Amino acid sequence: MFASPGKLKALGVVGMNDRNINLIARHNPRKLFPLVDNKLKTKLLAEEHGIPTPGLIAALKTQHDLRRIEEFVDGIAGFAMKPAKGSGGKGILVITKRIDRGFIKASGLLLSTADLARHASNILSGLFSLGGSPDTAVIEELIRPDPIYKELSVEGVPDIRVIVYRGFPIMAMMRLSTRESDGKANLHQGAVGVGLSLLTGRSVNAVQFDRPVYEHPDSGADLTTIEIPDWERLLVLAARCTDASKLGYLGVDVVLDVEKGPMLLELNARPGLAIQIANGHGMGDRIRTIDALPSAAFAESAEERVARLPQLFGESAAVSAR
Amino acid sequence: MLRGDPARSRRFSLYAIVVLLLVVGLGLSIQRHYAYDVPWIPDREQTVWSIEARIEFVATGGPATVTLRRPSDQARFSILDESGASSGYGLNFLDNDDGKYAQWSVREANGRQYLYYRAEVLQRGAIGEEVIPPAPRLLRQSWEEPYATAVEAVLDRAYALSSDPFTMTRQLISQFRASNREQNEQLLIDEVGERNLPQLIANMLQSRGIAATEVHGLLLDDGRRRQRLKPLLRVWSDDESEVFPMNLAADERGLPLMLWQPTRGFVVEVTGGVRSDLTFSMIRSDTTNYGEVASALGEAQDWLGFSIHSLPIEEQAMFKTILLLPMGALVVCFLRILVGLKTSGTFMPVLIALAFIETTLLTGLIGFLLVVSVGLMIRSYLSHLNLLLVARISAVIITVITIIALFSVFSYEIGLTEGLKITFFPMIILSWTVERMSILWEEEGWREVAVQGGGSLLTAIIAYLAMTNPWVQHLSFNFIGLQFVVLALIIIIGNYNGYRLLELRRFMAVSRETTN
Repeated sequence: MFASPGKLKALGVVGMNDRNINLIARHNPRKLFPLVDNKLKTKLLAEEHGIPTPGLIAALKTQHDLRRIEEFVDGIAGFAMKPAKGSGGKGILVITKRIDRGFIKASGLLLSTADLARHASNILSGLFSLGGSPDTAVIEELIRPDPIYKELSVEGVPDIRVIVYRGFPIMAMMRLSTRESDGKANLHQGAVGVGLSLLTGRSVNAVQFDRPVYEHPDSGADLTTIEIPDWERLLVLAARCTDASKLGYLGVDVVLDVEKGPMLLELNARPGLAIQIANGHGMGDRIRTIDALPSAAFAESAEERVARLPQLFGESAAVSAR
Repeated sequence: MLRGDPARSRRFSLYAIVVLLLVVGLGLSIQRHYAYDVPWIPDREQTVWSIEARIEFVATGGPATVTLRRPSDQARFSILDESGASSGYGLNFLDNDDGKYAQWSVREANGRQYLYYRAEVLQRGAIGEEVIPPAPRLLRQSWEEPYATAVEAVLDRAYALSSDPFTMTRQLISQFRASNREQNEQLLIDEVGERNLPQLIANMLQSRGIAATEVHGLLLDDGRRRQRLKPLLRVWSDDESEVFPMNLAADERGLPLMLWQPTRGFVVEVTGGVRSDLTFSMIRSDTTNYGEVASALGEAQDWLGFSIHSLPIEEQAMFKTILLLPMGALVVCFLRILVGLKTSGTFMPVLIALAFIETTLLTGLIGFLLVVSVGLMIRSYLSHLNLLLVARISAVIITVITIIALFSVFSYEIGLTEGLKITFFPMIILSWTVERMSILWEEEGWREVAVQGGGSLLTAIIAYLAMTNPWVQHLSFNFIGLQFVVLALIIIIGNYNGYRLLELRRFMAVSRETTN
């Protein structure tokens, strides 16, 4: 029924209270939160630092803008509408196709322009934002995922979550949406989490609803042989996000576009702990390794920091759960 | 994790604050205990009975008047509160010279009718002053033969073996209740029936010039329903009066007995109806006696005697609730940080628990589930109307109020006065709960709604149990210093960075895989 706390501690599993006190409260100053809690600001910040991110189509700020939705998305086949201040994947609407009668949602549902405007109106009135404050609806280009991942994610785009601690990537996983998660990539909604080796980008373990799985529940695709190309480039992108945001405990969500390669989707100042389950390993020991580094290491460039990883986590990061 | 210097000094100051709070809090409490003799435990409990009388009758179509005798303060009981319920009837509480009555009246009534009278009765530990009603006029009854001779013989024997009206009554009762009765007694019992013994003895006593009458009392037993009044015998002598219980079953002898009808007269009188019936149901609740402590503390003048008890009674009652809130907050901290329960809204469960205190747990639970589930159904329709957020929440608030109003009226109509307590729920909080649950349902599915809703209810129930515990109530109200102790505990919990209980389950997969 229950794991022994001593054993979890020995495995370096970080708990919720530990995360809140020792990771978030200590390394993420409150005043930096608005940068990552607002997707529009994150997008502008990323562009400023030269971090690739999906293109902005429109930002709807007033109810008045809603009448022009059709005009904004005219001629665009697929796009995503998001609340700028949404959290936990709430309120994200993914349109994959445009037909005469309306818009096709990721799940295959048909939406009318009125449905779209209603969703945007909900976003503006703050339904999905923290504390219900008025919000902005961000419409951005849809990423065209690499075709080799097509069968890995039945609906929506597979994304890669990298936890970056004080500028060093310490853990990574791929999140595959399932039918159960309605195209969303959140593990508690039923998405599959595939733990990725930090050194190679190969899958080490996969879970759905905190239980191990070996193939995708919808497509049956093998989850044990996934390998992310361009892995080092992706890690460097993640590491640079700390330079841009100054957050010490950061969740970086990256998607792989077929042409543009890894692109920043969003940043998270309170990344969850399910990534440990996906990797079958705790992240506490890696955090201690980073904390033990001389202060000069933290002033290095993102490329240099990523280059240190094999030497830092040579053993633990190569550990395969199986 | 990282044990840097700033972290260590922060930790040190945190522990210093905790120790300071504990010392101050416990010090104040200990001082209060010894200086003002405030007991640590609620040693004196008082019992309050909620008694509901139900009158049932079949109305004949015309005007109907129902008059019910109401109980008055007695040596061991005092009436705290009274109310009546009945749809369509006018209700008046009459305080006449010969007693107190509740009178229902209606111009036109047809079919089966139900009327309710409810009283909150305090059962006193100490015996208070008894108000003795004046002795009723003597009513002499003449008996036919052979009964007249039997009555005389029985009375003569009892008279010879007693010294005053009370001993004579006792002697009569024991004669009638003897296991092998004399011939005369047996003859009389066979004639009037065992049940009418009080009336028989009263009539016999009156024939010898002793004021006596049949009265009625109610045996109080927790949770009993459909109880009837017990006929009793009351005897007067000079300025004194005594009530003689009779016909009590073995298990009824220890129960408290409340006089409902203290002197001659009727218990219930129905005009314009037939087949009337009067039954009682009752519930016992024990509450701490604040009175004694209050009088000791209310007089304390120095600053260490700073106390809620110096406030007017009404404000005290308010603080009684307010001072329980930290306990509810402690429960929420414990369940969220140490156990890891998910709740919908951080302190919403405490507010629900407060409502439970007013409504009692079961009524509160049913009411909460009813309002939230009906609210969710209506809210799911509202989401199709494409409303702006503020307007939608307002619509939900109105929906919730309508549900509560309908539920109150409905339960009142079918005679469940319990249902009226639903109005104690914080309506704005309920509306936000409905709204949040509805969004949760749309986005994360019913599973998450069940998890968070269940977590919230569980937290609310545990907070309710903690806040209604007589010890907790006694300590939090009488020892203000203990609030500092609760604060210290919350700070300690807030600093806990170990695993939550439910995380041990969540991370089981990690621990299991590395074992294999």
